[in-house]
Amino acid sequence: MKRSNAPTFWLLFGAGGMLSALLGTMLVFITGIAVPLGWPLRSNTMSYPFMLAFAQHWLGKGFLFVVIGLFAWHAVHRIYHSLHDLGIHTGTAAKLICYGGALVITLVAAVSLVSLGF
Amino acid sequence: MNRKAVVRGPYVRPMQGWWRRDPFFVRYMAREATALAVLAYAIVLMVGVLRLAQGESAWNRWLDALQTPWSMALHLVLLVAFAVHAKSWFDIMPKTMPMMFAGGRRVAASTITRTGYAATIAASIALFALAWWWQS
Repeated sequence: MKRSNAPTFWLLFGAGGMLSALLGTMLVFITGIAVPLGWPLRSNTMSYPFMLAFAQHWLGKGFLFVVIGLFAWHAVHRIYHSLHDLGIHTGTAAKLICYGGALVITLVAAVSLVSLGF
Repeated sequence: MNRKAVVRGPYVRPMQGWWRRDPFFVRYMAREATALAVLAYAIVLMVGVLRLAQGESAWNRWLDALQTPWSMALHLVLLVAFAVHAKSWFDIMPKTMPMMFAGGRRVAASTITRTGYAATIAASIALFALAWWWQS
């Protein structure tokens, strides 16, 4: 019997959902509002030397990779299953676009982070 | 009496706007729609690390883009959507996770949900504190 790949996608969905529920709101606030506004965090919090150091440290690198990757896999899994609710009949093409999109996001993040060095 | 069979298609219940019929379905669709925000934010961050890898001037252009009113407006929408996502994630968690038992009794759904809320608040405070410590 062919093994189903559903548990893998569901696991990524669950992990991404949990991580985004725990940290997502504050992350959006920090990177999208607090730092660009310069309040309540300083606008140089995400300056090039700071973020380069962050992304070159294995902890920062791992954090960025896990956040970007898991958020993407969580989102596409949910979007893929919502297509049915919107009356869109899903097939291989929809699956390829959704999960392929998450794969592309993950790979771009991975290649960028690795090229930044350690 | 007309004995001829009436030729017509089978009844198909219209699905258009089905979820607007019941507040429960509206909440369900709102929960599902937060995935668009999560995807958008993953892309924003992915572009960020890509620009970081491309060098200082590329990174600074990304930072400038974050300061535009468009980006601010987008992130305000994302902020609300992420908050809705976090709340709904823990609201449905008692139904999505395996049953939990403590002292031979099933852990109440409200306990699981409240623990999730508390964990989110704690994690948010910790993350902000970390960013605060990082900036100085």
